[in-house]
Amino acid sequence: MSHHIVEVEDLHYTYPDGTAGLNGMSFRILHGESVALVGANGAGKSTLLLHLNGYLSPGRGKVRIGDHPLSPKNLKIIRRTVGMVFQDPDDQLFMPTVFDDVAFGPLNLGLAEKDVEEIVQKSLEIVGVADLKKRPPYKLSGGEKRSVAIATVLAMSPDILVMDEPTASLDPRSRSRLIALLKTFHHTKIIATHDLDMAMEMCERTIVLHQGKITADGPTLKIFQDETLLAQSGLEKPLKMQGCPICNP
Amino acid sequence: MTGIGGRLFDIGHMDAIAAGNSPMHRLDPRAKLTATLAFIVAVVSFDKYAISALIPFFIFPIAQISLGGLPAGYLFKKVILVSPFAVLIGIFNPMLDREVLLQIGSFHVSGGWVSFCSILVRFFLTVTAALTLIASTGFHAVCVALVKIGVPRPFVVQLMFLYRYLFVLTDEAARMVRAVSLKTFNGGVRFKTFASMTGHLLLRTLDRAQRIHMAMRCRGFDGRIRVLRSMEVGWSGAMFVVCWSVLFLIFRIYNIPKIIGGIITGFF
Repeated sequence: MSHHIVEVEDLHYTYPDGTAGLNGMSFRILHGESVALVGANGAGKSTLLLHLNGYLSPGRGKVRIGDHPLSPKNLKIIRRTVGMVFQDPDDQLFMPTVFDDVAFGPLNLGLAEKDVEEIVQKSLEIVGVADLKKRPPYKLSGGEKRSVAIATVLAMSPDILVMDEPTASLDPRSRSRLIALLKTFHHTKIIATHDLDMAMEMCERTIVLHQGKITADGPTLKIFQDETLLAQSGLEKPLKMQGCPICNP
Repeated sequence: MTGIGGRLFDIGHMDAIAAGNSPMHRLDPRAKLTATLAFIVAVVSFDKYAISALIPFFIFPIAQISLGGLPAGYLFKKVILVSPFAVLIGIFNPMLDREVLLQIGSFHVSGGWVSFCSILVRFFLTVTAALTLIASTGFHAVCVALVKIGVPRPFVVQLMFLYRYLFVLTDEAARMVRAVSLKTFNGGVRFKTFASMTGHLLLRTLDRAQRIHMAMRCRGFDGRIRVLRSMEVGWSGAMFVVCWSVLFLIFRIYNIPKIIGGIITGFF
């Protein structure tokens, strides 16, 4: 199933104002893998994600999604294959009601109206918010917004899910609910995050970014145990791996 | 800080009102929209000194409010809130148009004052009608109805986005105002600060617009917004439009208060 593969080769990108975004990155993510992208602020996580759905085009290097190299000709198919969940759900929920929002993608794909209704219902049920269908997005709580945003992406039936800080600004309960939900997905997942505990729970592989470069790429547990590497990349051990300050002062 | 975020833009409350279930609410949005447009056209088509002929038109918003069980006080407050615009438009009329139209004893009323009053009455009628339309239908349904009656999609999409992001924008503005007021000790915001705040708000808005566009492109947006919603033409809707249009036409052609006045004075 080569169409679930994400391949990045010597990727460079410089922003129009001259800031370097990515300085030569290469990796290959296989079908069904769940990969965490971690790194300090400004390490290039978001810039990298924007390349994966073709919003930014590489200054140098190559991006390949499945059998399709990233090019204007393939944009449509790439955007269908790669479902992107944005950091701020308000950016992603732009229609007047939850239903319209989830239906937006399928309608653009040209599906029949009856099928669209079914897809919307199913996508909302998967994320557990089917009862919010008629609500306007601005009236939802942060957790609900996030769930609906994920439903809008699921409705496009992508093969690869790309998420930018999915657990940011969620309360602890919503956060664990989201993690449990994401674990049930069998998609190839690429998750950019500062929430290293989530990364540890969800992703067997981690890619560490620092100043637009990959400083490490390997099994999550091994990387999070390497304190020097984490410190060099502006990171700290996940809380779960730090000793309990009360039990072991 | 409820100033911006709380009171002025609690349009969200309108949606709550629009979720009601009265005969007015159940009526086809296109019918309500068409009747309201006919109403507005009829009201603004009078000549500039008309006042008495406009009075019968009050029956339209009053009927809608009572049939729909809409909160009249709330709507009235909203109308008053935007009234400064109308006042500004008409305020110079009394100075420009000094021709005496009416004389009661030694009291002269100039044409300017009459046209100023006419503007206010029209403003009150049209804005109330528009607000009752939204309060009994919901903004989104009005937008869909606009598409269905043939208004070009780009305009409607603009309206939909305006409505969706008004809340986000006011939130952002309210946060900014709060941040500034926490750091301002002599009360009031200086012009320079204000200018920079508006600039920042614009930049943030542009940023957000870019991200929204990206989100739309990711989901296959090709310049056309498709909305799944069917509306059936029913008898009730057609009757609603026809009856009101006929009534507006009668009000437009005959000055009812004048006729009634004539009958009464003739009678005595």
